[in-house]
Amino acid sequence: MPDLIEPICITAYTATSALGRGLADHLAALRARRSGLQANDFTNEPLACAIGRVEGLERAALPDGHEAYECRNNRLAWLAIEADGFHEQARAAIARYGADRVALLVATSTSSIGATEEAYAQLDGERMPMALRRPEVHTPHSLGIFLSHLLGTRGPCLTTATACSSSAKIFAKAERMIRLGVVDAAILAGVDTLCGSVIFGFNSLELVAPEPCRPFDERRRGISIGEAAGFALVERKAPAAAPRLIGWGESSDAHHMSTPHPQGLGARLALEDALARAGIAAAQVDYINLHGTATPKNDEVEAGVIATAFNETTRASSSKGWTGHTLGAAGILESVISLLAIEHGLVPGTLNCEQLDPVCGPQVTLQNESRDVRIALSNSFGFGGSNCTLAFARGDCA
Amino acid sequence: MSVLEIRVEGMGFWAPGWPDWNAARAGLRGEGQADPAVVKPSPTSLAAAERRRAPLPVLLACEIAAQACVASARAADALPSVFVSTHGDLVITDYMCSTLASAPRELSPIRFHNSVHNAPAGCWTIAAHCHAASTSISSWHASFAIALFEAAVQAIADDTPVLLSAYDAESPGPLAEVSPASTLFGVAMVIAPCAGSRPDLRLRLQPSSAGARLSPALPADFQALASTNPMAAQSLPLLAAIAAGAGGVIELAAGDQTTLGVELCA
Repeated sequence: MPDLIEPICITAYTATSALGRGLADHLAALRARRSGLQANDFTNEPLACAIGRVEGLERAALPDGHEAYECRNNRLAWLAIEADGFHEQARAAIARYGADRVALLVATSTSSIGATEEAYAQLDGERMPMALRRPEVHTPHSLGIFLSHLLGTRGPCLTTATACSSSAKIFAKAERMIRLGVVDAAILAGVDTLCGSVIFGFNSLELVAPEPCRPFDERRRGISIGEAAGFALVERKAPAAAPRLIGWGESSDAHHMSTPHPQGLGARLALEDALARAGIAAAQVDYINLHGTATPKNDEVEAGVIATAFNETTRASSSKGWTGHTLGAAGILESVISLLAIEHGLVPGTLNCEQLDPVCGPQVTLQNESRDVRIALSNSFGFGGSNCTLAFARGDCA
Repeated sequence: MSVLEIRVEGMGFWAPGWPDWNAARAGLRGEGQADPAVVKPSPTSLAAAERRRAPLPVLLACEIAAQACVASARAADALPSVFVSTHGDLVITDYMCSTLASAPRELSPIRFHNSVHNAPAGCWTIAAHCHAASTSISSWHASFAIALFEAAVQAIADDTPVLLSAYDAESPGPLAEVSPASTLFGVAMVIAPCAGSRPDLRLRLQPSSAGARLSPALPADFQALASTNPMAAQSLPLLAAIAAGAGGVIELAAGDQTTLGVELCA
């Protein structure tokens, strides 16, 4: 079992998704049980499914001097970083610690592949059209390149791309770097945008639901794909009120590229490691934001792990009925939802779930509940069997 | 702590003509010749069926990872891992984007699930029966230096040996112009915290200095690799210094204005 870690402080956070721009929009949509999912109007070739699309991206051009990084994914990053004053707080942290003492840890599954798709749709003979012949948007690190130029950080800057666990794992990386003292703070960003690759890719695996996704419903038929961006600023020290990252666990299923381990072995290992690093027992967890993608297999396996590991006082839900599955951004978007749960004493239910799969234990919550949330977990699992569980605590409970 | 001290417990290497680290080390010292029979990595760690259908980056990353594990005498099923590639699998990107432009509903499900940046890591953990943490990263032209740094952070923070597998494969079609790479190249290391013993490498992330040290000259075969594969370009200066067995400091690009200073403790 891993050793206990010293909690690190989350001093600013924000998210932009189909629910809107910034924390207030997310909180309002969660409270009102208003889904951001809509009929697919994104793909040129029609595909009957629901998507979680961010309004206004087509008009949100990057600031002057950043034209080389123009693409849908970086536009979403730009739109999102301006919400909730995050950009200013990130700049203030860089000024406070020094640019070389702040890590920039970004996460994405598909990066700016939308720009590569666009280039292939309008090839100029064998070449990309001139306007898209920009190396900066055809690399997995496109988001990191854009944000490091925008913010001027000079600490370690890397993109984590482990499919749907990507933006959960950057919290673990930040904790390790802060603990070793190689940086004093880290700016975390997870951004994934709609693109043909994921919509038709998941469709090819028969994992896209024709209707808005229904996590943990016994009639569930797959995911709805969404786009989102989330940001968090983490520091070693902060005022007592700031929420804390108190634990994390990472594991590999070692089972299959796109199907979870049937007994949820990897999910259980990630959970146990997160609890051990946090030094807490399962019974102390008030809320779990589940991965809950609404694929038949993920939800069955995850429900089994939760039913076995927790008693009935712990509440658990999937927020993907609101936002869709935002893939590489899911980890940080759902961390933000977990932090909102802590801050506002709101346990979101499981939107779109009407007939709870009997495989679920008493933890899985359908309706919203008001209750004290002192400790919350967030689960993220990805292709390749990549699992990550994060543990957060209210500032006065860490 | 601003300096990370690590030991290198084992190395893996593959490039056309150079099937393992022993061969590459000799070549880097000017003491060995490329073997023209070495044209494609074929990792025996993968099941035969998997080996037939796996994409080249998976074969490459798993081959060098297995070599490094054997050289370190560490059990592959217990090692956390960091996989890194500048570009990821561009053959699949080319396939995905071409298919989406013509017949999106005909996209292959197997090629889609292999399109994720962590496909080599996923295949490796399956083949090695490894349930430890694994990450897959990129930092563009700073990928090798940043991955070495990240692996060292993980090794020291969690007091565990860590497997690093760094690779790039070929860039086809219209991608070749924006993401150039025309040969396969991969290098792997098992690194470990020092635990009181003498370090092999000291890593220090620092602002780039105006008068950065020159990289050592590479033998012609390796210079050719460095000019045709981004991971070769990023890692060979350090690998040549390790092969030479001498002390000194190598500076690797770790970002626009950042350098990873790697001190070799002779």
